[in-house]
Amino acid sequence: MNTTIMLFLVQDGITNGAIYALLGLALVLVFAVTRVILIPQGEFVTYGALTYASLAAGQMPGTAKLALALGIGAFVFDLFVARKALHGRLIVRSLVTNVVLPAIVLALTIYFAAQKPPVAVCIALSLVIVAMIGLYLYRIAFQPLAHTSVLVLLIASVGVHLALQGLGLLFFGAEGQRGPAVLSGAFTAGALRFTGQSITVYAITIAFIVGLWLFFGLTLYGKALRATAVNRLGARLAGIRTTLSGQIAFLLASVIGALSGIMIVPITTLYYDSGFLIGLKGFVAAIIGGLVSYPLTAVAALVVGIVEAFSSFYASNYKEVIVFMLLIPVLLLRSLAAPAVEEEKD
Amino acid sequence: MQSRLPILIFALLMAAIPHLPGMPPFWIVLLDNIGLAALVAMGLVLLTGVGGLTSFGQAAFVGFGAYTTAVLSTSYGLSPWLTLPLSLLVSGSLAVLLGLVTVRLSGHYLPLGTLAWGLGLFYLFSKLEFLGRNDGISAIPPLSIGAFKMLSPGSIYYAIWVAVILSALLTMNLLDSRTGRAIRALRRGHVAAEAFGVHTPRAKLLVFIHAAVLAGLSGWLYAHLQRAVNPTPFGAQAGIEYLFIAVVGGAGYVWGGVLGAAIVVVLKEVLQSYLPLLLPGSGQVETIVFGIMLVALLQLAPGGVWPWLMSFLPERTSGKKPDTSLKLEQRTRSPAQSGVLLQVEKARKQFGGVIAVNNVSFDVQAREIVALIGPNGAGKSTTFNLITGVLSATSGSISVLGKKVDRAPPQEIVKLGISRTFQHVKLVPDMTVLENVAIGAHLRGHSGPISSMLRLDRADEAKLLAEAARQIERVGLAEQMHQLAGSLSLGQQRIVEIARALCVDPMLLLLDEPAAGLRHMEKQRLAALLRELRDGGMSVLLVEHDMGFVMNLADRIVVLDFGTKIAEGTPATIKTNPEVIKAYLGVAA
Repeated sequence: MNTTIMLFLVQDGITNGAIYALLGLALVLVFAVTRVILIPQGEFVTYGALTYASLAAGQMPGTAKLALALGIGAFVFDLFVARKALHGRLIVRSLVTNVVLPAIVLALTIYFAAQKPPVAVCIALSLVIVAMIGLYLYRIAFQPLAHTSVLVLLIASVGVHLALQGLGLLFFGAEGQRGPAVLSGAFTAGALRFTGQSITVYAITIAFIVGLWLFFGLTLYGKALRATAVNRLGARLAGIRTTLSGQIAFLLASVIGALSGIMIVPITTLYYDSGFLIGLKGFVAAIIGGLVSYPLTAVAALVVGIVEAFSSFYASNYKEVIVFMLLIPVLLLRSLAAPAVEEEKD
Repeated sequence: MQSRLPILIFALLMAAIPHLPGMPPFWIVLLDNIGLAALVAMGLVLLTGVGGLTSFGQAAFVGFGAYTTAVLSTSYGLSPWLTLPLSLLVSGSLAVLLGLVTVRLSGHYLPLGTLAWGLGLFYLFSKLEFLGRNDGISAIPPLSIGAFKMLSPGSIYYAIWVAVILSALLTMNLLDSRTGRAIRALRRGHVAAEAFGVHTPRAKLLVFIHAAVLAGLSGWLYAHLQRAVNPTPFGAQAGIEYLFIAVVGGAGYVWGGVLGAAIVVVLKEVLQSYLPLLLPGSGQVETIVFGIMLVALLQLAPGGVWPWLMSFLPERTSGKKPDTSLKLEQRTRSPAQSGVLLQVEKARKQFGGVIAVNNVSFDVQAREIVALIGPNGAGKSTTFNLITGVLSATSGSISVLGKKVDRAPPQEIVKLGISRTFQHVKLVPDMTVLENVAIGAHLRGHSGPISSMLRLDRADEAKLLAEAARQIERVGLAEQMHQLAGSLSLGQQRIVEIARALCVDPMLLLLDEPAAGLRHMEKQRLAALLRELRDGGMSVLLVEHDMGFVMNLADRIVVLDFGTKIAEGTPATIKTNPEVIKAYLGVAA
């Protein structure tokens, strides 16, 4: 094999791997804070991507309406939970975050969709819409189950994934879509050609990794999130609102998912159900990282991306087999190295 | 465990259904599908609900079963009945391979790991030439008995439901046995089970194989029902759906699997056929509604539907008292047992920079009660863990009857006749007191999983339960024998742990804070029991904070402080030892 092909494959792998790294980070974050294994992460990717592509094509994305519908649902849940001690401030705050906000965004979306908005507006709207969906989903589907076992949360997560995927088909149809490049232009260095898009992918991934690292290391919210991850009850006793931690985790995860989607949709055609597989490859990286380590997850994601690129070149039929089977030797190593940890469940 | 009558009625009912006049053939198809899903879900009940091992990969095992029979009965012309054992063998042996890799991982690695290999295998099914790639394999011969070919859904119906009911019976038999108790203890962590000789990785592998074989059986039936296979029903979505069936039904209950299968299959069918009429338009509306209903169901009944239904039935607390005249073999003890039973020499345990136990030496003689005391964090429980093999010492040696046991795992230590209780009670809360205590006698029984399933273990089982019942009576909890261990007070649970440790027929009993949470009278009864055990020839090493209790009971006391032994002697000398007083009160008196 010649060096040029190898370099191309490595470059391709790193671009994909950067996306998997972002998704892997989000999965680790959500799992650590809420114990939810976030299967709908893939839907955040497709929703972000297809909302962006629809807006750029001058179409009205159904996701904006979904955000409002979920927001109303979240508002009802809030009222129901607080029904014994309703007071004005609480109602107003819940109304603003859950109903007024998505209503404004919906209005903006309707306004802009009609006139083919610039790329920046499309990105901003897509991110806000998906972020709200993530936030309200946590409120409706997961917050009431926060005390249950990982298994129950996992099954709920599957339910949310199914519903979102079905809605995705309803909103975007069975046809695949592509979006405009976030950053056009390209330059060559030696045999390699770097597009503005791939540079954006690298930059955003690095920015997020550094950002998360700073957030968790330096800010009070970041520390509260880490405390919740280690011990929910302890965190509550220390005055941390664990529901807030969960909301922040879901908010971050949905923003990361949507951003990943916006970054890939100019490179590959995405369908309403593409997210599942993309998300799962982020999972593979997250598992290799042990669901706890951010740097390890990022490195593992790059490895997954490169293995995928090489196997799609040499054995494209077995691409997925190879990527998912990659996990078996990793698990084997982990099981040999795994210390005898006592777990008490329930 | 349960009476067989409801199962018999259920079997008769299922046998009668196809003969009901006016039964739409379509319903029979649905029942076939329910049966197939129930088989897989039943395996998951054991694996996930009982054993605590979550698997998303079961659909792959269904695939192994289906493809094995498809290839062998088409390309090689084997009779489907011959391929049945081969299908089960293939799923079972692949379960061994995958299981060896995955079951040692617990917690969240396991579900994700199984999801990943489930997906990988799905793509493998759809790419391999000899499995027909995406098109799969068709023209699979039907099951036949003589000239009778099971071509219609109505005729294979019996094969499916016989398989379901037999599998349910075998699975329930397995759960209600020596092996079953070991499996049911898995979910609560492995330390307690291993302290009584359960080889936990082997027990996990066993449930993994059991679940895979049930899935393989379902696959074999599926192949001969459809008479064609393709990769689609063995993908990740299907794997997720099986797990979901088990959780909806009630993941800890064999019949929950069957009920869950019925609920999910019927719900999907209803949604698929009626929703498009209500909401015409594009899209998979049924998937959306299905997903939403799933989340709603979990929010309303997180434990599943079966236990929720069962809670309406009158509670049955009275179990049959085991026949205590049956005796287990006793450990052979040398009659003139005197001298050193346990010798701890310069035992040291470091966790990173922390020295939890610092070159501690002491011994326990035969027929002696030794107390290990010291302020919190003195290293008492760590010393217990070193002796019982839960932790291995950084340096120093521990010997039992002159034999070194430094590196021995807990399962070997308990064989030597050393049994223990735990500072933090480690019982299985949803098992009865009797069943919990019987785990203590694990090593004194011999029946394996196969004989348990076939009920050939009853003689062995009766002796185990008799021993357990005897020990429960001995500690004075005969009234609570059939209650769930989780429903007892913490003090009583500690006493149950003592009964469980006594079931080992130990020479040395290690008790970690046995009197904590007991009332005054209960403490006196416990002290009397321990004296009686000593007089019967047993030695006791106990950690305890209640000084009154210790001083009145112990023959000798060893005092630890910050991991170091600071004193040793009779209660009278310890009481006046200035070092000890300083350690407890902070000043020299």
